[in-house]
Amino acid sequence: MIEKVIVAGFGGQGVMAIGKLLAYAGMLEDKNVSWLPSYGPEMRGGTANCDVIVSDKMIGSPVLTNDATAAIVMNLPSMNKFESHVASGGKLIINESLIDKKATRDDIEAYYIDANRIANDIGNAKAANMVMLGAFIALTGIVEKQSILKAFTKVFGEDKAKFLQLNEKALDAGSQAVLQQISKV
Amino acid sequence: MMTTMVYSKSKALTDAELHYCPGCTHGVIHKLVAEVLVELNVLGKSIGVIPVGCAALAYKYFNCDVHQAAHGRAPAVATGIKRVRPEEVVFTYQGDGDLASIGTAEIIHAAHRGEKITTIFVNNGIYGMTGGQMAPTTLIGQKSTTSPLGRTEEHSGKPLKVAEMLATIDGAKFVERVSVHNPAAVRKAKKAIRKAFECQLSGKGFGIVEVLSTCPTNWGVTPVDGLKWLEEKMIPYYPLKNFRNTEEEEA
Amino acid sequence: MNKVLMKGNEAVCEAAIRAGCRYFFGYPITPQNEIPEYMSKVMPENGGVFLQAESEVAAINMVYGAVGAGGRVMTSSSSPGMSLKQEGISYIAGAELPCVIVNMMRGGPGLGSIQPGQADYFQSTRGGGNGDYRHIVYAPASIQEMVDLTMEAFDIADLYRIPVLVLGDGMIGQMMEAVEFKSIKPIELPDKDWITDGTKEIRQPRIINSLYLDPDELYAHNLRLEKKHALIESREVRFETQGLENAEVVCVAYGTTSRVVKNAIEELEAEGIKVGIIRPITLWPFPDKAFDEISDTTKALLTVEMSMGQMIDDVKIASKGRWPVHFYGKSGGLVPTPTGVKESVKKIMGGK
Repeated sequence: MIEKVIVAGFGGQGVMAIGKLLAYAGMLEDKNVSWLPSYGPEMRGGTANCDVIVSDKMIGSPVLTNDATAAIVMNLPSMNKFESHVASGGKLIINESLIDKKATRDDIEAYYIDANRIANDIGNAKAANMVMLGAFIALTGIVEKQSILKAFTKVFGEDKAKFLQLNEKALDAGSQAVLQQISKV
Repeated sequence: MMTTMVYSKSKALTDAELHYCPGCTHGVIHKLVAEVLVELNVLGKSIGVIPVGCAALAYKYFNCDVHQAAHGRAPAVATGIKRVRPEEVVFTYQGDGDLASIGTAEIIHAAHRGEKITTIFVNNGIYGMTGGQMAPTTLIGQKSTTSPLGRTEEHSGKPLKVAEMLATIDGAKFVERVSVHNPAAVRKAKKAIRKAFECQLSGKGFGIVEVLSTCPTNWGVTPVDGLKWLEEKMIPYYPLKNFRNTEEEEA
Repeated sequence: MNKVLMKGNEAVCEAAIRAGCRYFFGYPITPQNEIPEYMSKVMPENGGVFLQAESEVAAINMVYGAVGAGGRVMTSSSSPGMSLKQEGISYIAGAELPCVIVNMMRGGPGLGSIQPGQADYFQSTRGGGNGDYRHIVYAPASIQEMVDLTMEAFDIADLYRIPVLVLGDGMIGQMMEAVEFKSIKPIELPDKDWITDGTKEIRQPRIINSLYLDPDELYAHNLRLEKKHALIESREVRFETQGLENAEVVCVAYGTTSRVVKNAIEELEAEGIKVGIIRPITLWPFPDKAFDEISDTTKALLTVEMSMGQMIDDVKIASKGRWPVHFYGKSGGLVPTPTGVKESVKKIMGGK
């Protein structure tokens, strides 16, 4: 089992954070993991992205070029940039709250999550990234939700434990949203 | 018949024969540093850092642990030593090519950090070791092998006044310019060197003594004329004075 | 489970601290800024000293002073900053002092880019400053390996009184992987009877020096260094090989690039093409002997680098003309791809 996912959005959307959570959760499940951030000048106010690999086998290159099994795109520039990076048959998870555009490829599976609205509905607009992550793990099953929750305080610190409940809700809502889409198909 | 010892070489100097040219005052300045180390009873815990230039071989002369540093880097090397051995007494001994030219960044930032080290800065207005090239401290009109017609302000700027410059930096707690062209000046120079070391010992911060020095060989004068030249040409441009003495300011 | 998820830049600091490093002198430069940042926090917590120098030149000269005074010292930088450090490294090697230096390479020449690169191979392995000297170069391919090598590096540096360079790149510095800090077996080290800690007026002065004006003395010093280099070459070579037996093509790659090659090898194997890899872990001393393990039926070697081709010189020397040596690489901050490696292998085989 291997997932090679690109997580992209603009600074402040928490794309690096959910990438780290995913990698940490994978590590907690004894899988091999890597997390590679973009660190160029685009980080200063522009788009941010990271490549995350979670695998049962040793990880070769941590760089994802055109071999991503999935991409989570949180804004339009990210979608424009990374749709082409997903390998044929891969998954593109689109934050439709901010991306008013459909996937242009038909050899990949596209999922549309109204992440910002869902996050708002459960009480915190900032949790849109967790909604997207919830959709991703529900689709791929690469890590358990519980592992993400365990990773949460490891990545963000024990003092963030008070946000666990909200974030679990966000994961669940994302999962629900994407599973509904599958059932519709 | 009773004999009384009235003078002996400082135990802070080794028996190695100095390589300096006739009339060069490096030897006098070495002696002053050596005597101060003994008088302050810190010879056994002193670590010197010596430069590239005429004093590059001074590791043979000082009877304490010594690092030979790359050109201009002595203050950085001394910083590394002092941070590992804060209880030891660390000093640099540098010429004007070393300190005022290639090593300006290192000396300014050692002073700026207030490193608790002592710098003996020997200014003879010329590159001695490499054969008499122009230094940042070479006087206007002074001929050197790279200013054969004499230094001009238009081409090379005015000579750099290191003591004045460093005195603008808060971390420099003792800054004085002295000379060694006659016995009275030598006595004053020794007092200043002692104070600069005391500044380190009391944990105040960075201390530097700029010592005007001669280079008869590369100035093209006799040793006696060298001393005269120092007094008549250098001192008017490089005034002998204390620029900063935190110890006294606080008293 | 004792694993933690850490960025390479932070993990290398943690390894240094656990190896007893207590002095760090550095200067900011991307992509290694997390190193001075992390050190500025953990050094004081561990009773050590972090100092941000005014330049890389000053930083390496602070290292020269600090190791001479007996400290366990590290500095780090990235490519342009490493150019500035070469002066001090030459002095440290010349004065036979131990220290650990980390270079998280980026693309060059000049200011180049801040993206990963492997274009400092020549500088790292040839003695990048002036004079006849070498220093040990470790090229880890994962964060775990970087941690393990860094922890050993301090002892190895002390053992031979030589700088050890841990050579990573922007990728290994920035990425996170799971790491475990295993305690290393300490090796027996000679007393540091050369450090400057004051004579106490009971012993002869100690001199830290690289100046020998007498040609005979300098020549003797150079011979002594050469002997040390030969000893290191005989004892400290490290490498990994995989699938050399019956390999049609053998790739040679180090650091992060070797991971790309391993991906390609797996994919080629699925297509029925057998490719092996030699991965130098020490770039100096270079693992010449690894090339003796290549079988005679191998058709060619392929050097893969994140540069325009620098290690290829060593590969040619080590393989002694027994196989044609090809090159595939990318630079400028671009990373070689598994597809690129596969295409190169196929081209070589098609052209046999």
